Amino acid sequence: MAEPVIAFDQALKEFDPVLGLEVHVELGTRTKMFCGCSTEFGGEPNTHVCPVCLGLPGSLPALNRIGVESAIRIGLALNCEIATWCRFARKNYFYPDMPKNFQTSQYDEPICFNGYLDVDVDTDEGRKTFRVEIERAHMEEDTGKNTHMGGATGRIHGADYSLVDYNRAGIPLIEIVTKPITGTGKYAPEVAKAYVAALRDILRGLGVSDVKMEQGSLRCDVNLSLRPSPEHELGTRSETKNVNSLRSVERSVRYEVTRQAARLLAGQRVVQETRHWHEDTGVTTSGRSKEQAEDYRYFPEPDLIPIAPSREWVEELRSTLPENPAVRRARLTKTWNISELEMENLINAGVLELVESAVNAGMSPDAARKWYTGELARVANERGVEVEELGVTHVELARIEALIATGALNDKLARQVLEGVIAREGDVDSIIASRGLAVVSDDGPLLEAIVAALAADPEVAEKIASGKVQAAGSVVGAVMKATRGQADAARVRELLFAHLGVSE
Amino acid sequence: MAAISRDDVAHLARLARIDIPESELDHYASQLDAILEAVDKVSGLDTSGVEPMSHPVKMENVFREDIPAPSLNAQQALAGAPAVEDSRFRVPRILDEE
Repeated sequence: MAEPVIAFDQALKEFDPVLGLEVHVELGTRTKMFCGCSTEFGGEPNTHVCPVCLGLPGSLPALNRIGVESAIRIGLALNCEIATWCRFARKNYFYPDMPKNFQTSQYDEPICFNGYLDVDVDTDEGRKTFRVEIERAHMEEDTGKNTHMGGATGRIHGADYSLVDYNRAGIPLIEIVTKPITGTGKYAPEVAKAYVAALRDILRGLGVSDVKMEQGSLRCDVNLSLRPSPEHELGTRSETKNVNSLRSVERSVRYEVTRQAARLLAGQRVVQETRHWHEDTGVTTSGRSKEQAEDYRYFPEPDLIPIAPSREWVEELRSTLPENPAVRRARLTKTWNISELEMENLINAGVLELVESAVNAGMSPDAARKWYTGELARVANERGVEVEELGVTHVELARIEALIATGALNDKLARQVLEGVIAREGDVDSIIASRGLAVVSDDGPLLEAIVAALAADPEVAEKIASGKVQAAGSVVGAVMKATRGQADAARVRELLFAHLGVSE
Repeated sequence: MAAISRDDVAHLARLARIDIPESELDHYASQLDAILEAVDKVSGLDTSGVEPMSHPVKMENVFREDIPAPSLNAQQALAGAPAVEDSRFRVPRILDEE
């Protein structure tokens, strides 16, 4: 089954790769694109279905407003133009997972078009930006789910029959299609991966999808072709489906380059076909041939009213866009005065958002980074959970940090306080009180409390000064009360006598 | 003037998943020809400057709010299915023809 390949470097000496990426993202709307059925994952088979998404006769679709808004917001985040008027179209073909025998999609009138996304890739000459041009982003619907029965492998080949669950049919999808990506040279695998990663970050930032590649809410098809040099016409491409992780995107591009190069060097041609990616073996295998031009007989969907987004609506949606993730990282790297490597560490540890909200709450960037990549990361790692799941708020960290700054806590005590916070024993101050963790060596706050106690009871100073040292007891008591029991009583006495110029 | 060939009929039949015997291809070709000829009369009119119409009523931006509505239960959903297994629609082998 495995086809001959040649070394990647060798392939790149002979050919110029051209990429094309199609990404399908499942929107996180509450209901389907054209009916009110729930989009919730994991329901019993065929319980999130109705006459519309089952394609029963006489049913009529009704368009989900949030689906359209999400499409426009995605388009804007990808620097696209937004159509002033567009329609849905029927894409006609027969497949059991599609109950209507057509997919409601968009054809020559996509809602978003002509955009781009800049992605950074590490090259031999340092970090370089590649611009990926976006051809279009259009709205469509997902299909049902087939389970293939009989046959040894559970795959479609060799199956006796199939079972279909239509819960997923009609869930809103946005398909984002790039223009041919040229000029990547040997960095084609890295550019493909960086593009999907950047797109995922943007979609997550928009809050339009949970973008889980492993669960299929973000799916990538990788088109690849080779040509002898950039001066030549585009070569015949293969379309690799089922590429469901960032790593697989990179690996499948690398594999297809080496496979196609081997064919071309052997005097064979590349077949235009769908190929399937196999995560376990790291190869693609031939699927459906696309040599025959497909005939989907697209025509405008008469049951759905045209969409004409007003410019006011588009601008209103534009104002809801979050900062571009790449821009945000660059900005924070600069503002926090940290290196790119340190920023990478924050991202890889999954704590960038946590550090940012801590800094926004007044903590210094260095202190926030120290906590989230240090002690908290250590504890999270020890317990096999995410840092976020420890449930320590930046308010609590800021309080601990402030206490360290005033000398009320040292690092060792602070770790014990944190332990109490993670165990949800109470707020920081009550944990310090109940565990008796306050540092007592700091005279400043104690003296302040002594002065305040003497001011509240002027007679006691005179008594002490005249030799009635037992009167000091009431001052110590007042200081203990003011410091919530965390003061060292002996030290308070010493400070009190020194303050009054009296020897014990 | 429309001229539907036997090959056209065979291609259309395949796309529509209709099993038309070899012997009937000519029969349908001439019938489809007659239909297309009738429709072709429209080409005699001057339609320059006339937009193709997909929707008879001029309306735009009709949306549904993203609020869940009741669905069918599995029994209702499967009531019209020719074959059912495990709360799912049972369909014949998919890759038979390849």
